[in-house]
Amino acid sequence: MDAIIEARQLNKCFGEITAVDGISFQVHPGESFGLLGPNGAGKTTTVRMIYGFSPMDAGSLQVFGLDIRRQWREVRGQIGVCQQDNSLDPDLTVRENLEVFAGYFDIPRRRARERTRELLEFVALEHRGAAKVEELSGGMMRRLVLARALINQPRLLILDEPTTGLDPQARHQVWQRLEELKARGLTVLITTHYMDEASRLCDRLLILDHGRILVEGRPLELIHRFVGKEVVEVAFPEEKLRRFVRERQWEHEDLGNRLIIYSRNGEDLYRLISRDYCEEGCHLRMASLEDVFLRLTGRDLRE
Amino acid sequence: MRASFHVSRRFLHVWRRNLKVYSKTWKISFLPPLLEPLFYLFAFGAGLGVLVGALSYRGVDVPYIAYLAPALIAINVMYNAFFETTYSSFVRMYYQKTYDAIVATPLSLEEVVTGEIVWGATKAVIATAVMMSVITLLGVSVFPAARLAYPSSLLLLPVAFLGGAAFSALGMLFTGIMPNIETFNLPIFLLITPMFLFSGTFFPLENLPRWIRVVAQALPLTHLVRLCRSLAYGLWHPELAWSALFLLGFAALFFPAAVVAMQRRIIK
Repeated sequence: MDAIIEARQLNKCFGEITAVDGISFQVHPGESFGLLGPNGAGKTTTVRMIYGFSPMDAGSLQVFGLDIRRQWREVRGQIGVCQQDNSLDPDLTVRENLEVFAGYFDIPRRRARERTRELLEFVALEHRGAAKVEELSGGMMRRLVLARALINQPRLLILDEPTTGLDPQARHQVWQRLEELKARGLTVLITTHYMDEASRLCDRLLILDHGRILVEGRPLELIHRFVGKEVVEVAFPEEKLRRFVRERQWEHEDLGNRLIIYSRNGEDLYRLISRDYCEEGCHLRMASLEDVFLRLTGRDLRE
Repeated sequence: MRASFHVSRRFLHVWRRNLKVYSKTWKISFLPPLLEPLFYLFAFGAGLGVLVGALSYRGVDVPYIAYLAPALIAINVMYNAFFETTYSSFVRMYYQKTYDAIVATPLSLEEVVTGEIVWGATKAVIATAVMMSVITLLGVSVFPAARLAYPSSLLLLPVAFLGGAAFSALGMLFTGIMPNIETFNLPIFLLITPMFLFSGTFFPLENLPRWIRVVAQALPLTHLVRLCRSLAYGLWHPELAWSALFLLGFAALFFPAAVVAMQRRIIK
């Protein structure tokens, strides 16, 4: 089947700054595709080009096989977008938010009402239909944004940091809905800087930094390729441990008060280190996408 | 910068959204056009009017209260339209992110801007209808002098739309270029307030120095006041066509300017 998104050499500049620097990727039908990267990596800019909001400076971009530059209306009619900022209409009730939004897609009024009822049920807000948006909790608002993005039965759902700022319960609520949509075969494009979110939701992802693609692949594959299977973390490592690790030429990272040792056979390593070098503050864990992310994008603050 | 101009009937969705919100708060929105003519006609018409006596307008003697009433309608049109596309639109654009949400649907930003401007004009028409009802009622009861002439006064409604479109487009341009909501004080004090006072609203322009009269001819409110006053009295003269054309041209000039300003502001 043809790709849902086909981006070739996408380029976007803001004055002197190149926000997106020649990136190419494909998203296939039914796939959950992640765009990861630190703040300012170019995730949101890329997403905005995909729904035809930001004009690109160079490259080509097709969505559903349509050229976004010329056929943006048709593309937008089949996309659902959850933006990063809350853009719910505070002048309208929960139900009206969905019904009015349906109007923007030329959905007939009766159909809009049906769809609204279904979607409010889907996001467990059926009892809050008459509530004002400002009366909702953060998690409820995010679920309403999700429902709104689904009003036109999109073929592609775009989620720009869908759970930023939510508490753990609310995040899981959102994730559950997204997994359900995924199971139904909806194609999803998601940007996030939460690695647990990416591991859980994305079939495939790319990590961006400074507008360029650092790597692309499946989450597990990336972990194995860049980190290994397991990680031993030592808090406040002694100098002799540092020397020991260096001598053995193990892959590691020294963060000063924390030593991270990457390994394919973590258990033996852990036993050795915890016996000889530290009684406490040493632990063994599975390698995660976060390790990949930090290894590739560095640990400096992005501000 | 991409210059594009995609406007279809889809702008009506934006208009409808605003109408829906308005229909929830109409009781509050109706208060100013309901009360303003009452206050002004009593204070200036009845109170001050006794001192002023009658004025001559196009060779017709008019009592001050009758001179004032149609100007109140014109001012009301200006305020309703201008405030809608400045403060209200700015809040929707900047704080509520309403436009961001809409431009992820098959609507263009041009359609959003068009919907806002047409809505501003519509709001001016609604406010004019409310105000006309009050003045008409006062005309048959306490202030017979302020009575509106019918049927010519019915044309005040389409004129309110025309004037409303002109002031809405102007307001939208400011929304496109103002850095923050406080800055609207600038066009209000430098443009709206002088117009409120020097457009033949409360006294004939003929009383003023020549240069002010010349400047006043370039102000949209002058033309709107002229249209309102003549229609309210049922006086027909060729200058009405010129004033209507002026407002039409004003709207036709500021509408695309507002679109470009908004595109520059929002599309990145």
